[in-house]
Amino acid sequence: MVAQYDKTPVLQTKGLVKRYGSVTAIDHADFELYPGEILAVIGDNGAGKSSLIKALSGALVPDEGEILLDGKPVHFASPMEARALGIETVYQNLAVSPALNIADNLYLGRELRKPGILGSVFRMLDKKEMERRAQAKMTELGLMTIQNISQAVESLSGGQRQGVAVARSALFGSKVVIMDEPTAALGVKESRRVLNLIKEVRDRGLPIILISHNMPHVFEVADRIHIHRLGKRAAIVTPQSHSMSDAVAIMTGAMNVGSSDQAA
Amino acid sequence: MSSTDTKPSTAVLDHDKVADQASAYVAQFERNETPLQRFKKFLHHYPIAAPLIVLLLAVISFSVIVGDRFLHPFNLSLILQQVTIIGVIGVAQTLIILTAGIDLSVGAIMVLTSVVMGRMAVNHGIDPSLSILIGIAVGALAGFINGLLITRLKIPPFIATLGSWNVFFALNLWYSKSETIRSQDISNIAPLLQWTGQTIDFFGARLTYGSLLMLGIFFLIWYALNWTAWGRHVYATGDDPEAAKLAGIRTNRILMSVYVLAGVVCAIGAWVLIGRIGSVSPQAGTMTNLDSITAVVIGGCSLFGGRGSIYGTLIGALVVGVFRNGLALAGVDVLWQEFTVGILIISAVAIDQWIRRGTA
Repeated sequence: MVAQYDKTPVLQTKGLVKRYGSVTAIDHADFELYPGEILAVIGDNGAGKSSLIKALSGALVPDEGEILLDGKPVHFASPMEARALGIETVYQNLAVSPALNIADNLYLGRELRKPGILGSVFRMLDKKEMERRAQAKMTELGLMTIQNISQAVESLSGGQRQGVAVARSALFGSKVVIMDEPTAALGVKESRRVLNLIKEVRDRGLPIILISHNMPHVFEVADRIHIHRLGKRAAIVTPQSHSMSDAVAIMTGAMNVGSSDQAA
Repeated sequence: MSSTDTKPSTAVLDHDKVADQASAYVAQFERNETPLQRFKKFLHHYPIAAPLIVLLLAVISFSVIVGDRFLHPFNLSLILQQVTIIGVIGVAQTLIILTAGIDLSVGAIMVLTSVVMGRMAVNHGIDPSLSILIGIAVGALAGFINGLLITRLKIPPFIATLGSWNVFFALNLWYSKSETIRSQDISNIAPLLQWTGQTIDFFGARLTYGSLLMLGIFFLIWYALNWTAWGRHVYATGDDPEAAKLAGIRTNRILMSVYVLAGVVCAIGAWVLIGRIGSVSPQAGTMTNLDSITAVVIGGCSLFGGRGSIYGTLIGALVVGVFRNGLALAGVDVLWQEFTVGILIISAVAIDQWIRRGTA
């Protein structure tokens, strides 16, 4: 799927503000995520990018401004509400349950129950169906070098565990997947696999917000790069239009980008 | 691994390219496993195997040492009766240990609720079945208080239940006025309380309703842990609470449900206790706390949470019961029974640590 910049943004913010006492973490920030793209969000520490991401994933309620999902205003009071609307988040700290197996982890908190009285009265899990769907999703994402879906996650490598987390977001994220430093805890080779996985998810039609400090990773996979500075968007660049050092310069304020210079 | 990687199209650093071409087997070693390593792996995959092997070995040894008396159906059913209370309380303890907690108040909840059931029925003349329900409600309330201390006040389970153990036990002494309700009074006024001690003949074995009730509880909790979403959430909460929260599990709610359920199970244990000893004594079951933890640990449950099974606890309780009974029949002094149980606990945890090392 090719990014469609002529369409309505999937996820958008207009004039978002969040203050903590005298500190303004988000200062009238605008943000757009278009269908089919990987949008990287970068920014120096304290630039307010995690506050922005928290607002998008429902972990933080903004003071002013609006969040639009498919052009319609939405309000998230909790991450659960964002999730219910199809916004999934993958965290950097490998948020999986080691002792549970892959299928259990994919469906953790959203288990499927058997149809009929077994499910409604006896609350019986439909393990077969969950395993079947988990297997299908893992195969689709090219993750089935993991042979056994009923294998405990603790027997997997860090990259494979993150693969499980990404597969979970792809399984349930119907609108947007937010990836918060997905490669931060991983080695070089494992990061490579996760990056390929991210592209795989994008190619299957889910737009992705990627938060990363790793410039080479950002420039490898991102279609556009949102540079956050002093609580708002400083610029949007693309890997083609700007170099890594340009991006760092904009991030730190060493370079100013006029609106005419912005890509897309 | 490396062959399936697609070449990145945009700018990639050299070290990434090198990494792509590198052997995928960096961290793999020769797989010349010794039989011991294979055994270790087997135990890791089937955590129930270790207690089961111990149980089988114990049964075989005792039937050789003691002879026919040990394997006689009557003696086997006696062992089952002897482990019934520890088994029921072990279920409650398993639930809590699975969430990486520990409950030192299970014994006190059991004694307190047995006193409540007895006094309600015998001294206050309340209908026995209603008395049992009131006892179960008190058990649930006691578990609820433990849960509140742990989830709201954030007191570590060990300390919270150490405190509530003393509180519940003192309430038990106060409410019972430190008096025992005689067996005769119970059978005259509220025979239902002793129903759990009644036996049925089963091919020469004498099973009590209490033992059957215990097996029923094991089955119910096994089902809940393995076949419902709640069970998965209990494991996830004990395994990694942060990951569970991120997956959308309300871990505090799970913890509350586990402590309340444990209180209810302890109250059912109280009914079984009345059936077993016939009377209601505020001093009964003082060893139950540690015995229940013993059964859970020998059954292969990890004290760090998230790992273990409910049938492991049943086997753990049976292991303790078989050793106690076998040693007694062999004419060994009681102090050596305690000695053996101590060795069993230490061995169980040592084996658990050995299995974990290097195979995870």
